Amino acid sequence: MLLKITFTQQRRVRLAQGLWLMSWLAVMSGAFIFCLGVYLKTELLRRAEVMDNTEIHVVPNILMMVGLVSIGTNWVATRVCQDSLDASRFPRWKLLLMAWFTVAVLLCCLLLAVVVLSYALQGRLEESLKVGLRNGIRFYKDTDVPGRCFQKETIDRLQMEFRCCGNNNFKDWFEVQWVSNRYLDFTSKDVKDRIRSNVDGRYLLDGVPFSCCNPASPRPCLQYHLTDNSAHYSYDYQAEELNLYSRGCRQALTDYYMEMMNSTGPGVLSVILIQMSVLVSLRYLQTAVEGATALEDPEGESVGYLLEKGVKETFEDVKANVLNILKFAQVDPSAAEGSPGAEDAEKPADNTTEKAASPTPSPAS
Amino acid sequence: MPFMPVKFNLQKRVKLAQGLWMLYWFSVIAGILIFSLGIFFKIELRKRSEMMDNNESHLVPNLLILVGLLACGLNAFGGKVCHDSLDPIKFSKWKPMLKTYLLLCCSFNVLLVLVSLLCFLMQFSVYLTLAEGLSYAIRFYKDTDTPGRCFMKRTLDMTQIEFHCCGNNNFRDWFEVQWISNRYLDMSNDVVKDRVLSNVEGKYLMDSVPFSCCNPGSPRPCIQHHLTNNSAHYDYDHRTEELNIWTRGCLEALFSYYSSLMSSIGVFVLFAIILESVDMAGLKYLSTALETMAEPENPECESEGWLLEKGVKETFSDLLTKLKTLGRTNQVEGGDAPEANT
Repeated sequence: MLLKITFTQQRRVRLAQGLWLMSWLAVMSGAFIFCLGVYLKTELLRRAEVMDNTEIHVVPNILMMVGLVSIGTNWVATRVCQDSLDASRFPRWKLLLMAWFTVAVLLCCLLLAVVVLSYALQGRLEESLKVGLRNGIRFYKDTDVPGRCFQKETIDRLQMEFRCCGNNNFKDWFEVQWVSNRYLDFTSKDVKDRIRSNVDGRYLLDGVPFSCCNPASPRPCLQYHLTDNSAHYSYDYQAEELNLYSRGCRQALTDYYMEMMNSTGPGVLSVILIQMSVLVSLRYLQTAVEGATALEDPEGESVGYLLEKGVKETFEDVKANVLNILKFAQVDPSAAEGSPGAEDAEKPADNTTEKAASPTPSPAS
Repeated sequence: MPFMPVKFNLQKRVKLAQGLWMLYWFSVIAGILIFSLGIFFKIELRKRSEMMDNNESHLVPNLLILVGLLACGLNAFGGKVCHDSLDPIKFSKWKPMLKTYLLLCCSFNVLLVLVSLLCFLMQFSVYLTLAEGLSYAIRFYKDTDTPGRCFMKRTLDMTQIEFHCCGNNNFRDWFEVQWISNRYLDMSNDVVKDRVLSNVEGKYLMDSVPFSCCNPGSPRPCIQHHLTNNSAHYDYDHRTEELNIWTRGCLEALFSYYSSLMSSIGVFVLFAIILESVDMAGLKYLSTALETMAEPENPECESEGWLLEKGVKETFSDLLTKLKTLGRTNQVEGGDAPEANT
């Protein structure tokens, strides 16, 4: 027996009561995980326009699913606790408990996977943001193209809210035409020069949109002719730091989401801890109560354990059981006598006797 | 003839005590809510105190905090009394205090009415403070090198961005002040010299607005400078252009925010007044029902509860005569004392 503890009736009652409380706590933590998933998903959806793919959504999706399943699972645990001290009602939970333990272990594994994924997917998130922002900046001027008419507003609001400019930095704006042709006077010499100055015939300028302006600058914002020191009084392009936001939006958004997911890390880990303790306590309660019902005096002492045999032996047993089921699944279709295979898998001895018994009538008939 | 009498048997008394206990705990939660609303309002005022020239009145949030705490205390005490009410030994402890407690609750209700009135009336004061504060803010926008005002620019920019507004009443307020500091003006430039000489006070005025007035929803990149000059920009008519910059004034925007906040707090306080009144009525019924039990030893006996021992008019006249006798007793004592001395 692995990690056995003796339980008196008093201790069993205490364990059942404590476990009932802890299961309700686990239900609350399941609800907490679900809400966390919903919050993350909403935040990701809010900026879905500057993200190219939705791979990162797997984190909140798993959190939501795990939260819901955890609420149901732990609610079942509370019902089991309530019935555990009543000898007539407890046996009906016997089969369900095996399934319950598997589900609980699966939930813990999924939560661990979420923690790992939230770190591992950072690179993919950055890639997705890079492509999304690049498109946003390219289509900034297309406020008359259906499907892209809100890109300008989205990018402007994003830059103002996250205090960032451009994809990597403000120079990204120098490489695209962000002023629509509708607002350019093509008879003007300056416009014609600029358009002829590059191969694609785009109107490029060393200026940025107003949303890049930093309100903390002591000077009113300089948006245009940024690289031309003589265009503004007492201005040095190389030394000026406060005029525009220096951070790129990709970095700003990645930092924001990583911080959000990292801060949920401790919460998820504590939920894993709660779930594991519910699992262990329920196992002890199950074995202790079963032991007590097997005694002549149900109020007496019984032994509770985690595993009936050692770890290796249990593993061998489980492997043998699974193989038997598989073997039976193969042999069953060929055998004429359709004895239900699932029940017999646990009693191989009875099975062979039945097999020996069944051929006997046929030679007689 | 008692006012609004109700007959009570044991069941009804127990139900009343339980229901009243729940109601008192709801009232405690309402008190906590009032307290947190007061704190929230105080923080909101502090956040924008620069826009109000640090002159804003904190009377309403302070009162709300005080009232919230008082409500918690009073209602918790009421809940405790209800909890003990069905146990005659415990209840006899509280019996003598009930009259004073009910009087306290009455005066607390009056205080709540006052707070609710203030929530609605102080909005005028907020409006006036905002109007004055914003005009100062626009004037000191350029003074980013003056200690005490160096963050005015940032605060005003952030306010205009957040509340989607421009200027005090509208964007033309920016045309009347110099919002570019002299440090960034090339005084040797002819254009600059012309502008400075064009007005009596020698201010550099222009028909431009800061970047924070820009509306991101405009289909066109923001036009900040030369706003009234149609020929300065291609395909631009300043009379028909609506989306380029925010058209609303910050006074209106900020005031509507604060007034909606204060109005909702006022409505919540009114709701709390109703809740408190119901609590008081319930407690009066419970205490009278327990007092008028014909056989105090037998808990199953019937009793009667009421709001007032006599009718409303009689209670009023009783109260008046009591006040008069109070005054008269003082006079009589004053007359007696010198007699006693002599």
